Amino acid sequence: MANNSSGFMANPLVKWIEYRLPVFSTLDHMVGSQYPTPKNLNYWWNFGSLAGLCLVIQIITGIVLVMHYTPHTTMAFDSVEHIMRDVNYGWLLRYMHANGASMFFIVVYIHIFRGLYFGSYKAPREILWFLGLIIFLLMMATAFMGYVLPWGQMSFWGATVITNLFSAIPVVGEPIVTWLWGGFAVDNPTLNRFFSLHYLLPFVIVGIVILHILALHQHGSNNPLGIDTKGPQDRIPFHPYYTIKDAVGVGAFLILFSFFLFYAPNFLGHPDNYIPANPLVTPAHIVPEWYFLPFYAILRSVPDKLGGVLLMFGAILILFLLPWLDTSKVRSAKFRPIYKQLFWVFALACVGLTYAGGLPPEGMALVIGRVCTVYYFAHFLILMPLVGWFEKPLKLPASISEAVLKTEPGAAGSKA
Amino acid sequence: MAGTATQPAGTTEPTRRDFIVVAAGAFAAVGAAAAVWPFIHQMNPSADVLALSSTEVDLSQIAAGQSVTILWRGKPVFVRHRTAAEIAQAEKDDTAALPDPAKDADRVKKPEWLVMMGVCTHLGCVPLGQQGDFGGWFCPCHGSHYDTSGRIRKGPAPANLPIPEYAFLNDTRIRIG
Repeated sequence: MANNSSGFMANPLVKWIEYRLPVFSTLDHMVGSQYPTPKNLNYWWNFGSLAGLCLVIQIITGIVLVMHYTPHTTMAFDSVEHIMRDVNYGWLLRYMHANGASMFFIVVYIHIFRGLYFGSYKAPREILWFLGLIIFLLMMATAFMGYVLPWGQMSFWGATVITNLFSAIPVVGEPIVTWLWGGFAVDNPTLNRFFSLHYLLPFVIVGIVILHILALHQHGSNNPLGIDTKGPQDRIPFHPYYTIKDAVGVGAFLILFSFFLFYAPNFLGHPDNYIPANPLVTPAHIVPEWYFLPFYAILRSVPDKLGGVLLMFGAILILFLLPWLDTSKVRSAKFRPIYKQLFWVFALACVGLTYAGGLPPEGMALVIGRVCTVYYFAHFLILMPLVGWFEKPLKLPASISEAVLKTEPGAAGSKA
Repeated sequence: MAGTATQPAGTTEPTRRDFIVVAAGAFAAVGAAAAVWPFIHQMNPSADVLALSSTEVDLSQIAAGQSVTILWRGKPVFVRHRTAAEIAQAEKDDTAALPDPAKDADRVKKPEWLVMMGVCTHLGCVPLGQQGDFGGWFCPCHGSHYDTSGRIRKGPAPANLPIPEYAFLNDTRIRIG
């Protein structure tokens, strides 16, 4: 099955293996020269492969951290300090893992917003979008449980608050929380099971990522114009063109990552997590990690326990309905003058939620949180269906090739 | 099925084989469900966690207006020696608009001793004592206010601070649990 008869694929050993196990051609089709890609992808399309890199970094650093970590309430905090002080390069590995989680979320949030702007969730890519959302949910669960493992004050109280969310469920809420805890409070059984699941879920994510790539390849990548590729003139092979473009992005990403890693390794964390967990004292101001703040703000903007919990989970679940809430036939916001502006208002609302989520729930922070929460849901439930009907999109170019090469001056749609 | 009248019975009636397929499938499904249960139930509290735990508190050292916090089953329990003013306020508020109505008399065994879980019924934080709008407890996490009887008055918490099972062993000693 060697499609590439020269170079690597011509190597006798490669051919021998390939004849028995088509691993090289499979990879070549997934992320290599046999994956035809729209030729107009911009740098916003770097973040898929960057997210893959983040996942690999988290798994490798995580596996070696486990070699030194002890999942027990009496020893967890000390074993993390042992990693920081005694283990060779332990500080580096732990800071890579902790900051790597933040980097992973930055990359994935940009990846999601890229999809929102260019309409990557629309037919026929709905399942691709769902798989991405499932990965996002798994990432949130994994990150939450990972944050509990150092058994600091924020670990303990974050775990208490988040597991208590389930007590809002009528009737079965309390038994579910007891079941999650394995006791009557967050304690050693909770720590142990979180450790087990924190190790498991990244590999589940790997599995969903493979499905995500499989779904991507069914109809190919979306592109900044949001129109389908119409023939070979619209496509270039993923390798070497986008592997090299992605490599440029990796360089930029590693600079940002290294800045936090070496110059501000605790900037994104909370100092209270360097205090050992104490079940008798709640920190004055509990905040989750920054990447959960928008959802935390939504939770707190509702003055009702069940309502807040439902709205918080609803904020993510609503994204599953997006392919149907967006009634516009045009994918890319480039050709949607009204949606394009609403997209940035939505992005601003998300920034507002992040800001409000980090402050105590009173005064202006509460007002900002509530206004942004209302906009968040209005954007999806009211504006997206309506704008799709009333908006008059700009004229789409006839093909990617035409828009890129600007052969016809009449194709005005591409100038934006 | 509509076909039973016109077609030979054998083609539309469930056959012996259909029955066996459904019965075997159902049997396997029930078996699988039964096998799943141990994997779910292992996460519930284990025997040592469930083992009756109780703790005794000496009240003689707690002056009026003071509180102590006891760790019981991994959670804090507040034991407060209430002042006369607090008791009067709590009883007066029996008729106030309460989200979770309860009489102060039903929440204490002796009016001067308030024994309750120190766990906010919103999301499980530990409320701070003698703070908030009602002179009782205030949860800093999400802003729930409790009164001098530990009843929820304002904020996102849905219920009063729960009263654990406890008994007076004598005038100055209680056993919680």
